[in-house]
Amino acid sequence: MIGEPTVPGFLGGALSLDPVVVGVILAMTVVTVIAKVGGIWLIRHVELSERLEAGLDVLPGAIMIAVLAPELASGGPAEWGAAAVVVAVMWRTESILLALIAGVVGVVGFRALL
Amino acid sequence: MRNDSESDEPAARAASTAVEDGSEPPSAAVSASKSESQSGPGSGSEPPADEDVSFGWEGVRTGFLTGIPIAIGVGGYGIAFGVLAAQAGLSVAEAALMSATVLAGASQIIAVELWADPIPIAAIVATTFAVNLRYSLMGAALQPWFRHLEPRQIYASLLVMADENWALTMRELKSGSGYGAFLLGSGIVLWLLWVGSTVVGVLAGDVVGEPAQYGFDFILAAVFVALAVELWDGASTLVPWLVALGTSVVAATVLPGRWYILIGGLAAAAVEVVRYDR
Repeated sequence: MIGEPTVPGFLGGALSLDPVVVGVILAMTVVTVIAKVGGIWLIRHVELSERLEAGLDVLPGAIMIAVLAPELASGGPAEWGAAAVVVAVMWRTESILLALIAGVVGVVGFRALL
Repeated sequence: MRNDSESDEPAARAASTAVEDGSEPPSAAVSASKSESQSGPGSGSEPPADEDVSFGWEGVRTGFLTGIPIAIGVGGYGIAFGVLAAQAGLSVAEAALMSATVLAGASQIIAVELWADPIPIAAIVATTFAVNLRYSLMGAALQPWFRHLEPRQIYASLLVMADENWALTMRELKSGSGYGAFLLGSGIVLWLLWVGSTVVGVLAGDVVGEPAQYGFDFILAAVFVALAVELWDGASTLVPWLVALGTSVVAATVLPGRWYILIGGLAAAAVEVVRYDR
């Protein structure tokens, strides 16, 4: 029913589209679009006080920290070390690409060492 | 597309140039936005962007170009998704369709991990919604700049919003460049790499093996650490960030799924609302 689990990418099945699978994907798309536009739609239709806008203003950094903190907390010394490498490289070079490469190389290296 | 070009409307621009130096000639725009963002951390605490935010090709282009390094990183993540999708039994076309329409990495990876025969439809759709609800908050955070745009421009941009280009866009808009179409431009390059790398991942599924051995699983964290360094604004960010850190770590241990992201973000905003007068 869901393709050939044992031969992924086998040419015969590569382009197959199971109707049920497509339906599930479209349902995932609908709820994701609702999630993506829902917040700003709400805010555009509600009058905001300056006080609330101050709260909105800290959201970006706070969300980044909220994504990161549990992920790093559930990691180990290798992930922590690699995160420190990213901070250091970003601080010095201000290049996201360099920081990204250093972080990924770092995590692979630390995982091998630790 | 009205405020499209920087140079054709000198009169309209003249007033804004005094407020914001975001109107360099197009050729200098990329490097300009870079140097602006370096001065960003020092000036980031002023009330956001009432200067003009316009939606045009220059913003799309800048977003696209600035987004390339991030998109390449996301490509690594996309390969990881493709590998997992192949292992779950999705065809190339199915996995590519999911990447093209859902465009939300974490929820897609969780979905293919839930995948089984028969497909647990309700669980997958509900989990996808729960995981992606954080985008509501991310989108709302763009409102100080996006309120200058037309609804169709806003909603089109939000369709290609993912974690990485959202973070990049916040950085860009906070720097005062006024590129309202930056999210769209960076989203387009992200979308291209995400769909392309998904296909590569499915086809290479057998060869690649475990994505973690290449550090692909660390890419999202690395992007966010790098951008957090840039968004760091000294004392004014300390309290909300500590609140977000504490609540998200606690929530992650207590609650299932990714609710901790919403809770951490909302807690920090709530504390800031309470602290507002002080």
